[in-house]
Amino acid sequence: MTGIQGIQAGGDPVTAPPPAAIELVDVGRSFGPVRALDRVSLQIAQGEFFALLGPSGSGKTTCLRLIAGFDRPDAGRILLDGADVTDVPPFERNVNTVFQDYALFPHMTVAENVAYGPKVRGVAAEKRRRMALEMLELVRLQSLAGRTPAQLSGGQKQRVALARALVNHPKVLLLDEPLGALDLRLREEMQSELKSLQHRLGITFVYVTHDQGEALSMADRIAVFRDGRIEQLDTPRGLYVRPRTAFVARFVGSANVVEAPAAAKITGTAQAFAIRPELIDVLAEGSPAPEGAVACSGELEDIHYHGATSRWHVRLPDGSLLTAVRAEAASAGPAPRSGARVHLAWSRDSLVPLADA
Amino acid sequence: MLRGLSTFLYGRRGFYLSLLLLPPLLWLGIVYLGSLFALLLQSFYAIDEFTARIVPTFTLATYGQLLSHPANVDIILRTLGMAVAVTLAAAVIAFPIANYMARYAGPRMKALFYVGVMMPMWTSYLVKVYAWRLVLAKQGVLSWFVERLGLAPVLDHALSTPVIGGPTLASSYLGMFIVFVYMWLPFMILPLAAALERVPESLLQASADLGARPGQTFRQVVLPLALPGLAAGSVFTFSLTLGDYIIPSVVGAPGYFIGMMVYQQQGTAGNLPLAAAFSVVPILLIGVYLTLARRMGAFDAL
Repeated sequence: MTGIQGIQAGGDPVTAPPPAAIELVDVGRSFGPVRALDRVSLQIAQGEFFALLGPSGSGKTTCLRLIAGFDRPDAGRILLDGADVTDVPPFERNVNTVFQDYALFPHMTVAENVAYGPKVRGVAAEKRRRMALEMLELVRLQSLAGRTPAQLSGGQKQRVALARALVNHPKVLLLDEPLGALDLRLREEMQSELKSLQHRLGITFVYVTHDQGEALSMADRIAVFRDGRIEQLDTPRGLYVRPRTAFVARFVGSANVVEAPAAAKITGTAQAFAIRPELIDVLAEGSPAPEGAVACSGELEDIHYHGATSRWHVRLPDGSLLTAVRAEAASAGPAPRSGARVHLAWSRDSLVPLADA
Repeated sequence: MLRGLSTFLYGRRGFYLSLLLLPPLLWLGIVYLGSLFALLLQSFYAIDEFTARIVPTFTLATYGQLLSHPANVDIILRTLGMAVAVTLAAAVIAFPIANYMARYAGPRMKALFYVGVMMPMWTSYLVKVYAWRLVLAKQGVLSWFVERLGLAPVLDHALSTPVIGGPTLASSYLGMFIVFVYMWLPFMILPLAAALERVPESLLQASADLGARPGQTFRQVVLPLALPGLAAGSVFTFSLTLGDYIIPSVVGAPGYFIGMMVYQQQGTAGNLPLAAAFSVVPILLIGVYLTLARRMGAFDAL
């Protein structure tokens, strides 16, 4: 998808909108025969929390590296704050990066790592020491200022990397799968911390992740990447409720996707559609489908029990598989066995037609 | 039977390890360190000037002889100066090559470079030294090439410089220096490339990202992290130069080097204690060098 509209679309037509924090215009980058980015255009507004979401090899990291300046595009322009920076090296761009492997300098202490940015920019020793401690306080690590990176845990390294990237007061912070190496609890803790930090500092965040849950919970807008292109760009809710393609429907929140031929048998029209598992009702034996609902029946394959909910996998006669999520509270009596005949129904409104399948 | 042995050894790690380590440790301990110790001991004996026999009583007379003769001190300083110059030159030449090998070369190019760096070591050392004598000779390839480039005045100027110059490259310290640098360069490139390869690309990107120019990144990040490799390589070039006696006797000005003195004193002169005292000098110098390198933090990143 190219030519995404800026979010100021509905703004005051009299005053000129401020330039986007980041703008990509028809940016392309190939590595040999592989098109890592294929004419991608997008605009990221000032102060926005923007996620680049996609599976590995989809082009999201290439996109980030181009914005940081570690790599140059083969085609297109990159603008930061309205200024063309396509040919500007990274050390002259007002963006900073939190790396996936943290990239802390092993021969420097925590404080020296954080003070590195001011140091190479010629800030006096005493002042940059103060700046570093201030930043370490922001991530609550001032007590570890004298340690070396080897003496830190993964979560602590993560915070040091964050402090180091923020010390230069960048306009844009780029985060490359920053929480990928952390365990689940720490990841959730850091997610809310990052979100509140972004809110407080008002910096534009560009966040690369392959974890759709992370993108949905943190970002203001998400660009879903696939094969070097933006498949869909929308708010988290927009992506979840109105996925435009089968890929997005499956990737974001793992919706059921019913391909055109099977769809024809269920809805009467040969158009592929998506339906969220939690919007499918499992009907009690013998009870009729509600008026105006879409209904179908199939054979129960198995039930995955998750406590609060359970996921029912139902094989339809044409061979496609539907997953229905049932709340624990809604189920009464013993669950049917595998192979039992199950009746499913959902409201016609919750069905999302897809562009392709 | 064999199976029983495997089971027996598997359960006894310590026994198994000592079984493996004992023969090489014995070799290293007795043959290597033992002879080194015998050498050290020799240096504390002295030779009887009339009978030319070694008197096995503890004395510092040999060291006195070593340090009281200005000629001997000259030899030590000359050797040390050459070793320092060769080490510095090797480091400067090796760095770009090692950096290319570690960071920019593709897999094929990298293999080619490794083979290329090591290939000279497959040839006999003596053949290379004598080949260099021909290369550096008055009518040799090098002077012909320099002449063709129109740089003959530069070469003449270098050869007329007091200490390093001489009648020809083959009979000057400059020529000797060139041969030394050529000989030991692989020993600098390989550890340096290994050290640079361990520096992740993301560290250089992080440095640039935080505003460091390439020169600053080099000084603040690359150089400190390459220091262990540089230290390892320089120990090779430094100690190999200190101990060599073939290159100074085939190429270069007639001044003596430590290695030549050791060779001469234990051979023709038959003064084993003095030869031993001379060979203690490089050991001490390398000890001092390693201490200094450690002080400067060369091994901190290990």
